[in-house]
Amino acid sequence: MASSHGTPPVFNNKVIAWIDHRLPIFSYLEKEYHTFPTPRNFNYFWNFGAIATVMLVLMIATGVVLATNYQPNVLMAFDSVERIDRDVPQGWLIRDLHMNGASFFFIAVYIHIFRGMYYGSYKAPRELLWILGVVIFLLLMATAFMGYVLPWGQMSFWGATVITNLFSAIPVVGQSVVDWLWGGFAVENPTLNRFFAFHYLLPFIIVAVVALHVVALHVHGSNNPLGIDPKGPQDTVPFHPYYTMKDGFGVMIFLIIYAGFVFFAPDYLGHPDNYIPANPLVTPDHIVPEWYFLPFYAILRAIPDKLGGVLAMFGAIGVLFVLPWLDTSRVRSCTFRPIYKWFMYLLVIDVVILGICGANPPEGWYVPLAQLATLYYFFHFLILLPILGKIERPLPLPPSIADAVLKQKAG
Amino acid sequence: MRKSMKRLLVSGALALASLSAGAAAIAAGGEIKLPSKQWHFQGPFGTYDRSAAQRGYQVYQEVCAACHSMSLMYYRNLMALGLTEGQVKSLIKDIQVPDLNDDGQPIERPAKLSDRFKSPFPNALAAAAANNGKAPPDLSVIAKARAGGPDYLYGLLIGYVPYDKLTPQQIKEFDVSKDDNFNKYFPGHKIGMAPPLADDKVTYADGTKATLDQEASDVTQFLAWAAEPHMEARKRTGVRVILFLLALAGLMYAVKRSVWADKH
Ligand code: HEC
Ligand code: HEM
Repeated sequence: MASSHGTPPVFNNKVIAWIDHRLPIFSYLEKEYHTFPTPRNFNYFWNFGAIATVMLVLMIATGVVLATNYQPNVLMAFDSVERIDRDVPQGWLIRDLHMNGASFFFIAVYIHIFRGMYYGSYKAPRELLWILGVVIFLLLMATAFMGYVLPWGQMSFWGATVITNLFSAIPVVGQSVVDWLWGGFAVENPTLNRFFAFHYLLPFIIVAVVALHVVALHVHGSNNPLGIDPKGPQDTVPFHPYYTMKDGFGVMIFLIIYAGFVFFAPDYLGHPDNYIPANPLVTPDHIVPEWYFLPFYAILRAIPDKLGGVLAMFGAIGVLFVLPWLDTSRVRSCTFRPIYKWFMYLLVIDVVILGICGANPPEGWYVPLAQLATLYYFFHFLILLPILGKIERPLPLPPSIADAVLKQKAG
Repeated sequence: MRKSMKRLLVSGALALASLSAGAAAIAAGGEIKLPSKQWHFQGPFGTYDRSAAQRGYQVYQEVCAACHSMSLMYYRNLMALGLTEGQVKSLIKDIQVPDLNDDGQPIERPAKLSDRFKSPFPNALAAAAANNGKAPPDLSVIAKARAGGPDYLYGLLIGYVPYDKLTPQQIKEFDVSKDDNFNKYFPGHKIGMAPPLADDKVTYADGTKATLDQEASDVTQFLAWAAEPHMEARKRTGVRVILFLLALAGLMYAVKRSVWADKH
């Protein structure tokens, strides 16, 4: 909140003025969401922060309602979810919203992260903002993983078994960690109980980290597609109504696609095996996680060694934490990085290939393909990025945002 | 702005392509091609064919219920198939369900609307023991619990091949013996369920000719309904929600344009 925007606002409503004098929430909202100077040149990629926020609120709202009818007990969990679907009035709606909401939350966050990478939003002075984002991403993955266990279908059970077992790869303390996660000697009732407790807790921690994320955002303001800092009022517009309206429109479009899945293909993104009640005695042919974990699952399986696989999987997210320091280019936006831009697209393709490998059994040519894609993933972050920043010759940056916008309009 | 729209479209298309590529890759796993039938409940406006589902219940009750439970279903649910309370009561009048009497002694009494569908076996062990070690699965959500859904169920029911019609190669490859049931669509082909349906296995109350194909299709439609009784409400709500969101999006777009008019 470095930039001051003139005198504090005057409220005509007496009640609001009274409250604001003692607890300046209205001044805060006014300053951070109304007059807040925002670059005038956002494209639609800048909608996804608002979209992710909407999804977070939606997930908490539907989740709390589901929790009022859910039974975290291995004997009842599956049937209680079916009861919500069948017998609780509008229960099917709440469940379909929550189930598909997780997928769409990930879609929003993945696009949001891509936006940050493409336009260099992680570079100084936004490193902490970015790191908080990666923390949110990790928390989101943990939340989604535990949520998927709750309906206690076959994939719930076997997914939980496979993923918790990974921790046994940790030297010395591995098995103790696994037993501690399970609350016993197998994935059983105590596991389900604690996963439910944490699935309920983590989203509120995400809310707290999102708050920090937004505080950090508002110190230096948003980045923008040109990646250059605003130099004056001609480069910015007040957040409201310009971006409230644009975000509102983007949110609507996103919700329409989301509603398409919720109402017309609610099970499309799920796995049929999760409609079979969990059975510790029958292993499914292929244990696959939800689609949003597939690239990481592929990295895990690409390494023939268990500990190596686990390290690579966590390393794949770990590199995101240090991304601001791996990228040595001083130019933020890919718009002005003629070479790096193509490597960004290549990275997206690489992650998609990893996802496809993760969806398929690790046989035949999927094995070398996954290994190659894993290698490339780390090559991109650990080797390409540091070197490219040194050798790439960026295009000339425009003198200001306003200048670029007006030129684009003219040409 | 035009350029960024284009870029957004490209990345959207990329994301969609990756999703569908993933799905196709998963689908490619089950190489066997299922029969694809035009179901009445398919598509964004599809509804359940009530008379087919009623006939399907008859098939379930007279054939499948000897081995398969449907423990998530209550008899009262049948009223959603267009039957009156009286009709459902007369459908279930001969079904005896276990209960306790006032002295705590086990008894059998006639089924009530509020009862769950009667299970043929007291527990999974008994079910497996009576079926050569393979417990018949509960059918309540079976239509959602198999890849291919209704197409798979229908295929499974019509897909049996008698031993003498198998090629020597099939017999060798899948190690089939005379006592095995070979099914074209069951993963691994050897299934613990003998062909449950045949022509005239039931006599339909509404006079429909009971061919194997008719029975299979009817019971499949019944099972599809049982797996998702609220499907029609879901689609109806969906149409309204999407129309509403479209209107709101249009409104937001108009407001956004007028707000931005002086900037771009
Ligand atoms: C004589 C007992 C019996 C009858 C009657 C019977 N089934 Fe089965 N069914 C079984 C058994 C046993 C299995 C398990 C087979 C296996 O896993 O190999 C089974 C499995 C199934 C499966 C699951 C196949 C899979 O993909 O795992 C379906 C679906 C099914 N039956 C439907 C039906 C329908 C519909 C009917 C009525 C038309 C019916 N069954 C009648 C015994 C029976
Ligand atoms: C629960 C998930 C998340 C929510 C609710 C959220 C919310 C937001 C919001 C509201 C904004 C401002 C609007 C915008 O610029 O789009 C923002 C900006 C930002 N977010 Fe997130 N975010 C989430 C996850 C992430 C993740 C996972 C990352 C990165 C790994 C990330 C990185 C960033 C960055 C770098 C910015 C500044 C963007 C810029 O100005 O260019 N966020 N976030």
